[in-house]
Amino acid sequence: MRSNILNITEDRSQFPEKNAEGKIDVDLSSHKYLKLWQGPQHPGITGNMSLELTVLGDEVMDCETHVGYLHRGFEKLMERRKYIQCFPIVCRVAVPEPDFNEYCFASAMEELAGIEVPEMAEWLRTLTLEMSRLQSYLMWIGGQSGAFGSGIIGQWANYLRDLVLDRFEELTGGRIYHMYQLPGGVRGLLPDGFKDRMEETLQTIEEFMSDIEKVMFNNAVFKKRSVGMGYIDPSWVDKFGITGPNARAAGVAKDIRKDYPYLKYDQLDFDLVMGKDSDIYTRADVRRRDLLLSVDLIRQIFAKMPEKGEIKAPTPNVLHWKVAPGETYSRAECTRGEYGYYMVSDGTEYPRRINVRGPSYTHAVALLEKMIINTNIADVAGLMVSLHTYPPEIER
Amino acid sequence: MKSLLNNIKSRFSIKDVTEQRSNLVFIDVARESAVPLITYLRDYEGMTHLVLLTAADWIEENEFQLTYLLNNPEQKFDIGVRVRISREKATMETAHHLWEQVATYQRELKEMFGIDFPGSPGVDKPFILEGWDDLPPYRRDFDTKKYSEDTYFPRPGRESNDPAEYMKKKMYPNEK
Repeated sequence: MRSNILNITEDRSQFPEKNAEGKIDVDLSSHKYLKLWQGPQHPGITGNMSLELTVLGDEVMDCETHVGYLHRGFEKLMERRKYIQCFPIVCRVAVPEPDFNEYCFASAMEELAGIEVPEMAEWLRTLTLEMSRLQSYLMWIGGQSGAFGSGIIGQWANYLRDLVLDRFEELTGGRIYHMYQLPGGVRGLLPDGFKDRMEETLQTIEEFMSDIEKVMFNNAVFKKRSVGMGYIDPSWVDKFGITGPNARAAGVAKDIRKDYPYLKYDQLDFDLVMGKDSDIYTRADVRRRDLLLSVDLIRQIFAKMPEKGEIKAPTPNVLHWKVAPGETYSRAECTRGEYGYYMVSDGTEYPRRINVRGPSYTHAVALLEKMIINTNIADVAGLMVSLHTYPPEIER
Repeated sequence: MKSLLNNIKSRFSIKDVTEQRSNLVFIDVARESAVPLITYLRDYEGMTHLVLLTAADWIEENEFQLTYLLNNPEQKFDIGVRVRISREKATMETAHHLWEQVATYQRELKEMFGIDFPGSPGVDKPFILEGWDDLPPYRRDFDTKKYSEDTYFPRPGRESNDPAEYMKKKMYPNEK
């Protein structure tokens, strides 16, 4: 028995023993514990972060999240640039979801400057946000299945994501970073035949998602390793600032699209995707259904949006634009939860302070460090990916 | 929202209230009232979700501004509690006991702005920067350009050419 060899107490709730500061006393010279670094170069880590694990056998006793490998000082850089010069910076805060950054930054600026965005531009913004959600979920699904040893799904998902990026390239000229949204509106209308090509892409995604459901969600190994693993108690949602699918999988209805309808979400017909078991499997299933909801929302957007219209409100010369002094907070629902920009303007041509609120800030540090205790080393990657963390938005 | 504002005005010394939009209000309070106020808002007014904690540097007034942005998930509105503290003596009462993620925010603010939160777990440990011994970099008086010029050596870049001249030379080398 492993418990006899390692002398583990039977009562797991009291294990490992903690000192007055709430940390375990690690004496590495006792040869009982081992420090293990997962990342920053490790296939089982998302992006550029690392987990300093203290393990006893293959069981994690303690964990500390380390970030800073990709710190580029975005918030500081923006203080030295004019508002329009910030757009190539904000999209780089989150590689999988640049459009949410563009939208939050633009809408905060528009609110302070008192600019009304034309209806057509709002529809196009809603479309790009849903397309962004689609490709981000496709990127995640490969990571989640890969963390549990199924590499083929990652290849399928990457192919599907490439199709969505093709559509982004048609619409914006860029695949990863789009800079499509500008203060006052967007850069362009839909190209000819875009809706038809997007429909083909959506149909391909739906076909593959039905295969992915069979191969991943009905897979015995995936079920065995994810059901009951990585439980998030609903009472933790406010305590840890949990948002998005992580909260919805715990049965807490939190979605900015419904709670604070922005852009055209109040004109779209959808129900929140919810779960109740709050384990890795439920979170994965909530994301899979949310992905299919995005497919449906894109079809609804195409059906409801006008064919033509103004796409940009008149603005002052962007190179000499002094945004009215004030403070505001603008938020949107990204695939990982609540994304927000806190903007402080002092009435000059440069923002006084920009603070990016990324959902990973809470999910990947305080929450992950708590959840990871008592899991096995082999499950660390799957658990972390199930929170859908993304380090650059922690270290902005 | 109005009854909430009346409640807190009768209990705390509020300096100013700014209504940014119907579901976002900023409240300016004195330093000693800030943590009691956010505790009250969390426990009695349903502001259970901490959206963010951040700072802004108002160097001209020799002050830092801390903003605790709280959200009421039931009634769907936000309150930003703003507090000004001196840049010279940049310390603030810790709020890590209220939400689990606050310790991370405070650790970052100590590192990036040099604002101390005595008693906050791990507040002195580096979070993003490693081995940093300069001025906290998010302060307004930290000169990023000077820092990069002093720290990094200039690398010769590629030669830039006028595209028209370059192509002319390449395609028609004999033409003058």
